[in-house]
Amino acid sequence: MDLFEYQARDLFEKHGVPVLAGEVIETPEAAREIATRFGGRAVVKAQVKVGGRGKAGGVKLASDPEDAVAKSAAILGMDIKGHTVHKVMLAATADIKDEYYVSFLLDRTNRTFLAMASVEGGVEIEVVAEENPDALAKIPVDANEGCTPEKAREIVAAAKFPAEVADQVADVLVSLWKVFIAEDALLVEVNPLIKSGDGKIIALDGKVSLDENAEFRQPEHEALEDKAAANPLEAAAKAKGLNYVKLDGEVGIIGNGAGLVMSTLDVVAYAGEAHGNVKPANFLDIGGGASAEVMANGLEIILGDPDVKSVFVNVFGGITACDAVANGIVQALELLKAKGDEVTKPLVVRLDGNNAELGRKILTDANHPLVEQVDTMDGAAERAAELANAK
Amino acid sequence: MAIFLTKDSKVIVQGMTGSEGMKHTRRMLASGTQIVGGVNPRKAGTTVDVDGTEVPVFGSVAEAIEKTGADVTVIFVPPKFTKDAVVEAIDAEIGLAVVITEGVPVHDSAAFWAYAGAKGNKTQIIGPNCPGLISPGQSNAGIIPADITTTGPIGLVSKSGTLTYQLMYELRDLGFSSAVGIGGDPVIGTTHIDALAAFEADPETKVIVMIGEIGGDAEERAAAYIAEHVTKPVVGYVAGFTAPEGKTMGHAGAIVSGSSGTASAKKEALEAAGVKVGKTPSETARLARELIGSLGL
Repeated sequence: MDLFEYQARDLFEKHGVPVLAGEVIETPEAAREIATRFGGRAVVKAQVKVGGRGKAGGVKLASDPEDAVAKSAAILGMDIKGHTVHKVMLAATADIKDEYYVSFLLDRTNRTFLAMASVEGGVEIEVVAEENPDALAKIPVDANEGCTPEKAREIVAAAKFPAEVADQVADVLVSLWKVFIAEDALLVEVNPLIKSGDGKIIALDGKVSLDENAEFRQPEHEALEDKAAANPLEAAAKAKGLNYVKLDGEVGIIGNGAGLVMSTLDVVAYAGEAHGNVKPANFLDIGGGASAEVMANGLEIILGDPDVKSVFVNVFGGITACDAVANGIVQALELLKAKGDEVTKPLVVRLDGNNAELGRKILTDANHPLVEQVDTMDGAAERAAELANAK
Repeated sequence: MAIFLTKDSKVIVQGMTGSEGMKHTRRMLASGTQIVGGVNPRKAGTTVDVDGTEVPVFGSVAEAIEKTGADVTVIFVPPKFTKDAVVEAIDAEIGLAVVITEGVPVHDSAAFWAYAGAKGNKTQIIGPNCPGLISPGQSNAGIIPADITTTGPIGLVSKSGTLTYQLMYELRDLGFSSAVGIGGDPVIGTTHIDALAAFEADPETKVIVMIGEIGGDAEERAAAYIAEHVTKPVVGYVAGFTAPEGKTMGHAGAIVSGSSGTASAKKEALEAAGVKVGKTPSETARLARELIGSLGL
């Protein structure tokens, strides 16, 4: 889960990373009082989870409290690369002498954590990595040893920070590592880390991404979710504990196992090339169990998607027997009917593996007018694409 | 032969007395696996009746090894306790730890991986978030259904459980030496490369099937390894061509970030290494079948 800048700022402050005063608002009027407290001047910063907001006009300096209201009004509601600005952060101003970069992240390739640091901050770090790789120090950090003061000094030396800020930057790294560990983060990044006119090191802007697998020990993280921005179908699926991602096609997909579902999306997209270019409408993994209730919940989400024209249920019975899955489908259709959500879109079902014959027979006997069975994954994808295109 | 797991493997189960642990202990026993014990400190000294087989419960992995000579552990404990369970297995220096648990925080996986390295890599880790591995007709450590297929010339390594089952099913008449599910998390123990190296060295394995998916660069590195070190024919499959950027597709590691981790890049890298890559699971099975045929097997 990626956080907004103001949320990253708050986590930095909580763990001792030096930051400027900053407060988030959703209405322009609220800017007046905050700017007054900041001494009149304030920076108004759009809160969007996308880079390049400065160039898009999403960051403005306000010279007095009335100007802060006007600038907030201008930025709130703005569209930045497809993201609508619903919140702005008012930040105290700083006198910037130098701009640096520091981060900790997961290095998947080497299965370790990595510190990155550069004295060329304030620009996109990918650009520095590309154009001047020597200016970006990359130092592995052992997951069990962590960023000790010695490790922090090693990073500072590798990135060639000037001597007069070396100790301060090392302290920031140790605090930033605390954010990384204590919050179960996948990324903590400060860009720019600035040296102010009076020689202080301050985190001016930051990015934090959190590990959703750690939610069981991070009860405070749920409050950081941007529920308003979530797709309503994704939010409804999440509330039901379903692993669902909304896509922009017409063929609803239900399957078991993440790999098989990803593969199903691809096979449907290939089949769609011959049928009006229809595409998968979603990713939905109902997991190994595939009980009637989970199947009903899944079908309810997918049938509630107005973009869906046909549904492809693709199940390989591994642990789960296909007769149980077939019963699940039949019961799910009955459950939905009892709730008044009569199914009106065609379902193509492919059952294979454990007890497939039995499962197919259950669906044949149930004889639901909208349920059609095809024996192979490729054939079923073809049929689902054809039905979606015919609608 | 087979890789990592044979009929002689002595398997213990950490978390055996939980519902998932018990269900799969039963299945592993039924498929002929030598299950020599379970681990649960609170039930140490008792035995559990698993469909007529009395399985002893030990207080620790070390004790289980001492009493039974166990060399493989399968871990079913919940995410909260997974790191401690793996660290215990590493401390006991068991040869192979298969971590089935899904939803392990990446800080925990990174920590036990670093710990295994610091302890000299005496314990090979498979997973987390994986279905385990099976050497059909010999032994089964994890949750892969044992009745899909029998022993044969194909070696399979995959990030995905259900795609493993699907390919085993499509090629069930030919059979498998071993099938290894390495898991779809961002940090895993055994990689595609580790399995490829083992299959290359295994005389029974004639053709290798490698299944990948979006996220990270494991497939690209596997492709480089194949070009350099693998002489046996390899058939590949990659899932996730239609996955949008920045969305996690079920597996915690299955995410395209910017332009990295895409299915196209992985397919191209594999093809450049001489791997035949199927467009669908069925086509992948067909390619493997053709290769087996051309070898006259």
